[in-house]
Amino acid sequence: MSQDTTAHHDDHHDAHHPTGLARWLFSTNHKEIGTMYLVFSLAMFLVGGAMALIIRAELFAPGLQLVNPEFFNQMTTMHALVMIFGAVMPAFVGLANWMVPLMIGAPDMALPRMNNWSFWILPFAFTLLLATLFMPSGGPSSGWTLYPPLSLQGGNSLAFVILAIHLMGISSIMGAINIIATILNMRAPGMTLLRMPLFVWTWLITAFLLIAVMPVLAGAVTMLLTDRFFGTSFFNAAGGGDPVLYQHIFWFFGHPEVYILILPAFGIVSEIIPTFSRKQLFGYTSMVYATASIAFLSFIVWAHHMFTVGMPLGAMLFFMYATMVIAVPTGVKIFNWVATMWRGSMTFETPMLFALGFVVLFTIGGLSGLMLAIVPANFQYHDTYFVVAHFHYVLVTGAVFAIMAAVYYWLPKWTGHMYNEKLGKIHFWWSTIWVNVLFFPQHYLGLAGMPRRIPDYAVQFAEFNMISTIGGFMYGFGQLLFVYIIWQCVRGGEKATAQVWEGARGLEWTVPSPAPLHTFDTPPLVDDSVAVHKDTLA
Amino acid sequence: MSEMTRKKPWQTVAGLTVMAVAMFGFGYLLVPLYDKFCEITGIGGRTADTAYQVELNDEIDYGRTVRVQFLATVNSALPWRFEPTDRFMDVHPGKLYETTYIAYNRADQPVVAQAVPSVAPGRAALFFNKTECFCFTEQLLGAGESRDMPVRFVVDPNLPDRVDLVTLSYIIYKNDEATAVLAAVN
Repeated sequence: MSQDTTAHHDDHHDAHHPTGLARWLFSTNHKEIGTMYLVFSLAMFLVGGAMALIIRAELFAPGLQLVNPEFFNQMTTMHALVMIFGAVMPAFVGLANWMVPLMIGAPDMALPRMNNWSFWILPFAFTLLLATLFMPSGGPSSGWTLYPPLSLQGGNSLAFVILAIHLMGISSIMGAINIIATILNMRAPGMTLLRMPLFVWTWLITAFLLIAVMPVLAGAVTMLLTDRFFGTSFFNAAGGGDPVLYQHIFWFFGHPEVYILILPAFGIVSEIIPTFSRKQLFGYTSMVYATASIAFLSFIVWAHHMFTVGMPLGAMLFFMYATMVIAVPTGVKIFNWVATMWRGSMTFETPMLFALGFVVLFTIGGLSGLMLAIVPANFQYHDTYFVVAHFHYVLVTGAVFAIMAAVYYWLPKWTGHMYNEKLGKIHFWWSTIWVNVLFFPQHYLGLAGMPRRIPDYAVQFAEFNMISTIGGFMYGFGQLLFVYIIWQCVRGGEKATAQVWEGARGLEWTVPSPAPLHTFDTPPLVDDSVAVHKDTLA
Repeated sequence: MSEMTRKKPWQTVAGLTVMAVAMFGFGYLLVPLYDKFCEITGIGGRTADTAYQVELNDEIDYGRTVRVQFLATVNSALPWRFEPTDRFMDVHPGKLYETTYIAYNRADQPVVAQAVPSVAPGRAALFFNKTECFCFTEQLLGAGESRDMPVRFVVDPNLPDRVDLVTLSYIIYKNDEATAVLAAVN
């Protein structure tokens, strides 16, 4: 075995580097694969964004104007699937690929060839998924949750959607196994678990969540597949099945999934705020335990997504209280971020702006989540635009803002150039203003009773929908500026130093910018002087 | 220090792979777990799918009256009419009662159907015992045939005190397979 692994390493160190397409197709280098993940994610972000704009354009005014209801439903379903599995998750995996080995002093990921495979599955998966839009029966239109019996009443394209979801799941599981194997086996001497940067910690926990729940989703959609095409009755009441069972299985996956979409964001923000506050992260150990607590709690709250199916009082109380308990570790985190800034020597470069935007706006999303946890209120809010507003605050101003913060933060390390700071700040303020114009009115729409996933609505909702659509288009087109800033930074710009940011600490800032293709071939020695965080409480 | 670094990852990878496969199995395990859980707790309004044996020494509680409502829903794929003869009955726990549902096949060919019962509220489901029910077996009606289908039931005297209204609902579905077999035979 040991010879095997040595040969493995030598092989890609000494090998000549193929150029052109082959360089990317056959790459086993964590930095190149990380870049591919990030570019893929950006492309999917734009595709999913275009779908969102179709939805918002139709909702600009009451009545049916642009698209027919069937296509509208395909857009809401596809927008969610593309954004969750195509944009946010690959972006986090890309960041992990690039940064985890650099942050723990490893030469590469533990399984470089599997890494290549994990990435290259994705373009095929999304080709399959998006191709359903051009099939006679159209794409999936039952919402991304694919609840039966509705999801089983569409056309045969469901089989393609399910296969695409299987491929995405396989890709995520392999990526997660690789990340855990890297973190547990490849750390530099002295990089003890409690010296690891928080981004590495949050990804370690996220990867365990992925391995625990992606297979459950695979099982759930396989049951849909056999119910639809092979005559089983898992969810078919006529055959003794139960459609509510699907909701339980789906949300057993679905709730940990939403933390998969946010825990790495917590890690990113925990890296950026100390750097620009020029202080150690406050309460490092409590951050680690808070992350682990959130991950544990995510497994016992799933039924809060389905209070209205009818469940016993005791179950509703349990799921309500368990959900509210999550506010405690999340509150610990927000407290720690604020305490890190307290009396810090703060500056407000673009990554810091996005991180601060994250802290403020994610908290709004967290609070509306608490409102949704209240069972009697949930009966009123269920399947309204209030839910839509809630999860877009945690996913757009939460996960997406954190990803953008991370891109600005590490872009100089990747490209060797500083990005255009002025444009970065414009991008931040433009996004922050318009994203609130886009999503804040949706709270009011939901409280007033506007249901989600409908192409038409009562005229009383007209004004807020119009405002929301204007916000959507301004926010959406503003993201082209983000693409331009990245393109400009890749092409050239002011040379970045190795440390890049004055207050930056950690192993990734000890290698030159741009980071050479191979780093830490000889492991660095890590002690408290170069560790990113010391616990200020210890 | 160096012993903890750059270990061979294969053990970790094997363990994690086993975990992923096990979780796929767990997804399927949730199906029987859910059924068992509903059966034990009555959540979801499930009732037994076999006949209840009446015990002759069951006390009849004449001091207590519980209203039992009867509902019927026909799945859109089934060309039948299906209705209860009684909308409700006021019953004493422990006493055996009988009511009927009337089914009529509107189609011009024989159709096989299966009724699925449900009792609300869920916590009453365990205390609603059917000694005879058309839902225990498949029902065949010839073209244009109609039939009275009986249900005999006892409400268990241990029904929680808070419950004074129990709803028995049936959804009746077409059994495509059995209907097709029948058509082939004819």
